[in-house]
Amino acid sequence: MTPPAVEARALTRRFGAFTAVDAITFDVAPGEVFGFLGANGAGKTTAMRMLTGLLAPTSGGARVAGFDVARAADQVKRSIGYMSQRFSLYEDLTVRENVGLYGRVYGLRGREIADRLARLLDRLGFAHLAGERVGRLPLGWKQKLALSVALLHEPRVVFLDEPTGGVDPVTRRQFWELIYEAAAGGTTVFVTTHYMDEAEYCDRVSIMVDGRIAALGTPAELTARFDVASMDELFVRLARPGPGAA
Amino acid sequence: MGAAPGARGEWLARTRARLGASLRVVLALARKEVVQIVRDRATLVQLVVIPVVQLLVLANAASFEVRGARVFVVDEAPSPASRALVARFAGSGYFRVVGWAPSAAPADEALLDRRASVILRVPRGFDEALAVGDGPARVQLVVDAEDGAAAAVVQAYAAQVLAAYGAGAAASKAGGAAAPAATPRIEVRARGWYNPALDYHVYMVPGILVSLVTIVGTLVAAQSIAREREIGTIEQLNVTPVGKYEFIAGKLLPFWLLAMAELAVGLAIAHLVFDVPVRGSLALVFGAAALYLVAALGVGLLVSTTAETQQQAQFVSFFVLVVYLLMSGLFTPVDSMPRWAQWLAELNPVKHFVGVMRAVLVKGAGAAEVARPVAVLAAYAAVVCTLAVRRYRKTTA
Amino acid sequence: MTPRASADRAAGPGPGSGHGSGALSAFLRKEARHLLRDRRTLAILLLMPLVQVLLFGFVVRTEVGRIRLAVVEPAPDVATRALRHRLAAAGRFDVVAVLRTDRALPRLFASGRAQQAVVFPAGFADRLAGGEPAPVLIVTDATDPNTGSVMRAHATTVVRRYEQELRARRPATGDPPGRSPGGAAVLAETRMRFNPTLASAHLFVPGLVAFVLTIVSALMASVSLTREKETGTMEVLLVSPLRPWQIVVGKVLPYLALGFANVLTVLLAARVVFGVPVRGSVALLLAECLLFIATSLALGVLIATRTSSQRVALTASLMGLMMPTLMLSGFIFPLESLPAPLRALSAVVPARWFLLVVRGIMLKGVGIGHLWDETLVLAGMTALLLGVSARRLDVRLPGGR
Repeated sequence: MTPPAVEARALTRRFGAFTAVDAITFDVAPGEVFGFLGANGAGKTTAMRMLTGLLAPTSGGARVAGFDVARAADQVKRSIGYMSQRFSLYEDLTVRENVGLYGRVYGLRGREIADRLARLLDRLGFAHLAGERVGRLPLGWKQKLALSVALLHEPRVVFLDEPTGGVDPVTRRQFWELIYEAAAGGTTVFVTTHYMDEAEYCDRVSIMVDGRIAALGTPAELTARFDVASMDELFVRLARPGPGAA
Repeated sequence: MGAAPGARGEWLARTRARLGASLRVVLALARKEVVQIVRDRATLVQLVVIPVVQLLVLANAASFEVRGARVFVVDEAPSPASRALVARFAGSGYFRVVGWAPSAAPADEALLDRRASVILRVPRGFDEALAVGDGPARVQLVVDAEDGAAAAVVQAYAAQVLAAYGAGAAASKAGGAAAPAATPRIEVRARGWYNPALDYHVYMVPGILVSLVTIVGTLVAAQSIAREREIGTIEQLNVTPVGKYEFIAGKLLPFWLLAMAELAVGLAIAHLVFDVPVRGSLALVFGAAALYLVAALGVGLLVSTTAETQQQAQFVSFFVLVVYLLMSGLFTPVDSMPRWAQWLAELNPVKHFVGVMRAVLVKGAGAAEVARPVAVLAAYAAVVCTLAVRRYRKTTA
Repeated sequence: MTPRASADRAAGPGPGSGHGSGALSAFLRKEARHLLRDRRTLAILLLMPLVQVLLFGFVVRTEVGRIRLAVVEPAPDVATRALRHRLAAAGRFDVVAVLRTDRALPRLFASGRAQQAVVFPAGFADRLAGGEPAPVLIVTDATDPNTGSVMRAHATTVVRRYEQELRARRPATGDPPGRSPGGAAVLAETRMRFNPTLASAHLFVPGLVAFVLTIVSALMASVSLTREKETGTMEVLLVSPLRPWQIVVGKVLPYLALGFANVLTVLLAARVVFGVPVRGSVALLLAECLLFIATSLALGVLIATRTSSQRVALTASLMGLMMPTLMLSGFIFPLESLPAPLRALSAVVPARWFLLVVRGIMLKGVGIGHLWDETLVLAGMTALLLGVSARRLDVRLPGGR
């Protein structure tokens, strides 16, 4: 049984009196596409920041790609890719320059970078844009580029925080094709989103409500268990506590 | 197994490999920074054009020399002697006679109105006092000391003119009387070293240059980190294996290089345009500059790690900068400061660097003479950078 | 309460005045709230000028302190020792080295350990006794021409006084005492008007007020406006019933208040700590300060109209204003020392005019009668700057051209 790509054990984060993430525990298997869902403010981003080493847990722990996030943060960082919610590539640098920078930052050498850049441009159909400043690209293309940069160094796990915000449906579909390709290649994809239809694309999902995991399983399992027609309905049911909430 | 050199060799190789990897990362980050600077027109203008223009313009402004101070003469009993005295003043090149009256009132008005900055009052009886020679003849000077520095200078000039006048008057009287033997006579010879022409440029230009380079380096560097934090690109970098030292080195390297280049250009201008001498070793100047710039940039960095927003970073940097500049001996001498301030100034890297610049360029000082300030600069750079790196955290909390 | 809602409430007849005044006051309240909520920045803006004035009042001086003196006595005798003691006792000199030869002098000077040196020849006392001219060489570090001349004057005075002493002790036969061949016959009694002690603080503190006010006011105005542009809220404002001039006034008024608060604290500190007097009318002084703050704010507004980026506004204000104000306003370096072209340039620096006003009122006690020129210039500058800005602000939107 291969070790999980991501393991969280009673992972907790408090800000003063407020508990943002309340002792969540789950596993993500290697090569899975794992959807990490929840309403705004439910604690998703906080949890993700702990898993990527950006935030220290108050208690509990997690391992990513086999490394402890608190004690071996450096190795964790070498093994993961990340795409933040706020678009984080340098807008005043060109496509080629951004790729070059992050390639070198992850320790790739000139030749490898050139190769991977070529492949990336080919796959995205960006070849004519290599010298274009990222700031000038339309939003959807920027997102695709950011994803490719996150995957550039072939990490074991890639974390995507609301990657498709504000993007049109066609581009979203292309985006998810990229995600599937990555997963097929063995990369574990950990994605947060609040588009419920995207939830259906994932292998397994978890839904966070008020800092806790309210549901965890494949979309099919969950819709059956909670007797709802779609993930959308499930989400609404869980995220708005009322009589009958789990 | 057991061969210690083997194990050590391995460790060396690994360290070298790690350093090499680090260096590559630093260079990649530095390159990105350079590209960003070059592409940002506004920053480029700030970094390059403004300092040069300011150097050229402001170096001409920095001077305490007063020429043509406006004198209003109150001559209560005009006589050949008093007229000769006034003529001396007028002809001295330091003064310009703008008015003349037999009483004090118009002179006062002129002083208040700022039409004159000095009143020369020759009292009744000046002529007689001079003739009798029973003690010195007295005149009165009223100087507008609103500007104390100028006032002191004006006073010194006036003293010179009066001394010349007095020597002339006495000589014409001594005439045939031979100096009696055995009168003690001291011949004072005065020599000014390093700047015999009393050219203010020599004193000020190195200082202005330093301040411009510092402003550019510190402000712009500090701001660049705050900016990344605000845009969010810093988060992307925080997730990568880039270490703190590498990130900071990558940020500072381009600005350090730029500042050094500006210093070089500025020195060339100083020498060619303002005739600032270069009597000592340029290598020494640049060596000290290298250390100083690391310290200055480090301070900018330290400030930006404590500020929450770009705005705050700028304000605090500005504040710190002004304090550093005004306490560095650039505009006013450190020796004129009260004791406690002089102690504080020891903590000011600008003070040390300006001192080194002036000592090496103007006095031709060698390494031995500036060893102490240079050592202080090195220590400062090390401490500040360590603090800055420690404070810069990739995680919050 | 959004500007629009309050405008509707306040709706009166016709466009313009009555219609927007409710909106303006609501807007003003929002701006004041912004300012008050950002505690840290507020603290910095209030304390910074005060701390600077306090610090620099003590630190920025041109008075020459104790002079580090080296004495070269190849053959010490009665006279050299006597003169050495006179120098030490004069209260201005610290004798840091007594040497036999002058070989070490260059190193002492280069390292700054000595600023001045008095070099005696061998047989000094003998020469004096024999009536031969006894040379004394006074070497001064003239790197700083200003202190160089002053130091030379001090040393020369001590030597001359000693000479007089010797002469008084041994009056030459036949000559009435006091008449010395080749000596100065004219002495000046100098009175320093308005600043009898030549206290540097009196000179610099008014200048510091101007310096700090310029920078802070212009800075804050420009940043505040560009921040609105950057976050996109400017668009919303421009679409509201608020007219552009109202937006500018609304944004800038709180900083006027802040600047005024600064003026009060700084003037108080100047009075209490440094004894800088206010010999003229306090009311006039405060009024002129308000005017100057308005001028600086107008400068900031102009800067803001030329850029949409906070960062650029900030740095332009700092770098563009700091050095010129420091150097061309008469703050440290006298205006009389400026070469003609720079003196012309300084006419464009508002701080230069303000300094004349402040020093005039505080140190000379003049009234508005003597200050018309300066006041009009400042008022004119303010009007001009605001006029130019108003025209530009109308159409500028981020990304729009």
